[in-house]
Amino acid sequence: MARSIKGAIALPLSGKIGLTLVLFWILAALIGPMLAPYPVGAFVAFDVFDGSSGAHWLGSDYLGRDVLSRLLWGARYTVALAAAAALLASTTGTALALTAAVGGPKVDEPLSRFMDMLISIPSKIFSLVLVAAFGSSLPLLLLIAAITYVPGNYRIARALAVNLAQMDYVQVAKARGEGRFHIAIAEVLPNMIHPLLADFGLRFVFIVLLLSGLSFLGLGVQPPDADLGSLVRENISGLGEGALAILAPAVAIATLTVGVNLLIDALPGRGKRK
Amino acid sequence: MSDAFHVEVKDLCVTARNAKGETFPIVSGIDFALKRGEVLALIGESGSGKTTIALTLLGHARPGATIAGGSIRVGDVDICALDAKSLAQLRGNRIAYIAQSAASAFNPSRTIMDQVVEPALIHDLMPRDKAEAKAVELFSALALPFPDTIGSRYPHQLSGGQLQRLMAAMALITDPELVILDEPTTALDVTTQIEVLRAFKAVVLERGATAVYVSHDLAVVAQMADKIVVLNQGRIREAGAADQVLHRPADDYTKTLMAAARPAIRPTPKQADLPTAPLLEIRGVTAGYGKIGKDGRPRVPVLRDINLTIERGATLGVIGESGSGKSTIARVIAGLLPPASGQVLLDGEPLPPGLAGRSREQFRRVQLVFQNADTALNPAHSVGQILERPLAFYHGLKGNAAHMRVLELLDLIRLPVNLIDRNIGGLSGGQKQRVNLARALAADPQLILCDEVTSALDTVVGAAILDLMADLRRDLGIATMFISHDISTVRAICDDILVLYSGTMVEMGPRTAFQSAPFHPYTDLLIGSVPEMRAGWLEESHAGRKPPPVGAAGDHPDLCRFLPRCAARVDGLCNITPPPRHPLEKGSRILCHHGDESLIAS
Repeated sequence: MARSIKGAIALPLSGKIGLTLVLFWILAALIGPMLAPYPVGAFVAFDVFDGSSGAHWLGSDYLGRDVLSRLLWGARYTVALAAAAALLASTTGTALALTAAVGGPKVDEPLSRFMDMLISIPSKIFSLVLVAAFGSSLPLLLLIAAITYVPGNYRIARALAVNLAQMDYVQVAKARGEGRFHIAIAEVLPNMIHPLLADFGLRFVFIVLLLSGLSFLGLGVQPPDADLGSLVRENISGLGEGALAILAPAVAIATLTVGVNLLIDALPGRGKRK
Repeated sequence: MSDAFHVEVKDLCVTARNAKGETFPIVSGIDFALKRGEVLALIGESGSGKTTIALTLLGHARPGATIAGGSIRVGDVDICALDAKSLAQLRGNRIAYIAQSAASAFNPSRTIMDQVVEPALIHDLMPRDKAEAKAVELFSALALPFPDTIGSRYPHQLSGGQLQRLMAAMALITDPELVILDEPTTALDVTTQIEVLRAFKAVVLERGATAVYVSHDLAVVAQMADKIVVLNQGRIREAGAADQVLHRPADDYTKTLMAAARPAIRPTPKQADLPTAPLLEIRGVTAGYGKIGKDGRPRVPVLRDINLTIERGATLGVIGESGSGKSTIARVIAGLLPPASGQVLLDGEPLPPGLAGRSREQFRRVQLVFQNADTALNPAHSVGQILERPLAFYHGLKGNAAHMRVLELLDLIRLPVNLIDRNIGGLSGGQKQRVNLARALAADPQLILCDEVTSALDTVVGAAILDLMADLRRDLGIATMFISHDISTVRAICDDILVLYSGTMVEMGPRTAFQSAPFHPYTDLLIGSVPEMRAGWLEESHAGRKPPPVGAAGDHPDLCRFLPRCAARVDGLCNITPPPRHPLEKGSRILCHHGDESLIAS
């Protein structure tokens, strides 16, 4: 704990900003609904696309619901679902990539062709089919988002790992008699962690977008609940008047994704260590 | 008075900024002056500031550095007073630069001719056809093959030595008054180096250009320089005429450099051996890359029919040019490259050809030390982690016991204990190579395969590593296979020597057999190409002269592979019949048609 606080202090300014934003959104996801002034689906304002007022800090949405309350509820879905899906996609992709890189052509070829096949399936159609077959649920959304982004992560991780597996220190480890697992985890993985974190940030953003796209089609998080993406989508008609109802969730998505990426870019990478 | 000098540098100081933003000098108090046509050599270890000084003559300081003080005058121009535009007019025109690695200095997507005439065209000195004619003239003066057509080739079609000479042609096409040569032969094999040096000397010097030659190799400098400046840590330690600095050095640091350049003979008393099988034996190994054909040879053969033995505690030196397959022998022994045919025996027992099937004990007894410690040590690990892994892997040592052993190892390789938590990036080149060695020692091996362990290091640092290895061998009785391209080092520290040419063993014998002639013609070329530390050697050396003419070679697969370059080849014999392997009187065995008498006569 003391070490991570020290690490946070050592971060450059951009990293501190990123860390603050990420912590803020994690906090919002955890305790946001408790702080929300109104229930998530309640019609509480008399006017739609209201501006900021004492009763409704962020105005009202296209049905006259309180935007702040919906935002606080929605953050939970976006942060938890997107983070979990991105984590699942990245770990699966990277694990498969390491297997391919140290396993030689006999493992690499079939795995890579399988991933090529997966990457060729349009993600929206894929989700439509799965949702149609099993019905929309949070675990299914998580799975869809993860499966959609495994091949991309696999491609990047494999490219990194195959190069690293040719390095002299990996040859030394092989000549020492080390097993594949040790080579993958101890020799190769630590040297690709930084680009992989950057990739994680990218996947996270993509998944937020995918989830909001699904919500727009009515396949994502089901009303009256909404994630941040669907808040933007459902209030799209307020765009012309510059309503807070669309600006607030858009800013929320921006701060969340920018925060994640700022933090990841500022983490100490190769060459920056002492 | 000062007008007599063509190039004059006074009280030069170059500074850089460190991570905290403080400025500190990289080089300071540099003074030297050169008359027109003289050659000045800047010598020192890496980090001594020699390239920094050479670059200031172009008015250039590398990113992060600035020329902070002093004056630089070339001809009538004060370099420090010029703006970027006037400097650009000077560079590649009146002052030319020849970089260390020509292979990376050429643009791979353009022809040689395009790039060689470029300086003349940029500075509008002559029309293109005239520039091309001049380039061809330079190509033949630099003894390049096919001077008329070589310009239409691309860089990847030419060898390193040829590219280095082409780079010289590029520099000289504008008839510069000052040429800066930055370690132009360091990356080359000795046999190529001698050809390049001859070409440089003939062309650069005969055109009357003033030259600054940057090098760490005193023997090379002895061939080229009129004056020598010895640098250490950004300061001049000694400056004077070449003859004086080389033969009567006044400064202690120069003396250290001179001593390191001549490897000390380190005799190793052989242990009183029990009459057992040799530690390592290689029987008829052929190896290479690609599919194995019907004749049992791989598509791209690298090694052919290698037979050798290493006794317990002995040192075998393997030498040859780059591409001769010396590293491949180590890879075959370590199991990284399974041989196409033949056997590797450890203690009389055959080792499985590949990694699969070898026991942990077999892995432990043979350890591989790679040439380049920068890439052989995982940058994500600390010194402690790197040394603890073999301890845990082979000996099951964990926790405090492992820590104590790591401290012992650090002591053994003479590294301070506080480096244990340091990441690899925070070590110097010499320290990394020591850690690299210590990792092999941690396994408690019987045989260490050292692949060019000192090549990437400065002479002084390399000599310290060699000393360390000699001590370790004496104290621990570990056998070593020492792979190197440097025959003087190998002759100094090895008990037996194997000379490889293009994957075949051309000569093998005890060290004593390599002290005096007769040698295999290739060994002779290798030995004759090592520069001696005296002026005039380059002119006297007979190495690298044109071989006598022979008829077309036959199509026998086992013909002598050295035939195209051999100075002692015999028409009607060498190009028709494969050479026999036979012993010489002095104790070595060679693969050649010649015997003792005819080798000395040639």
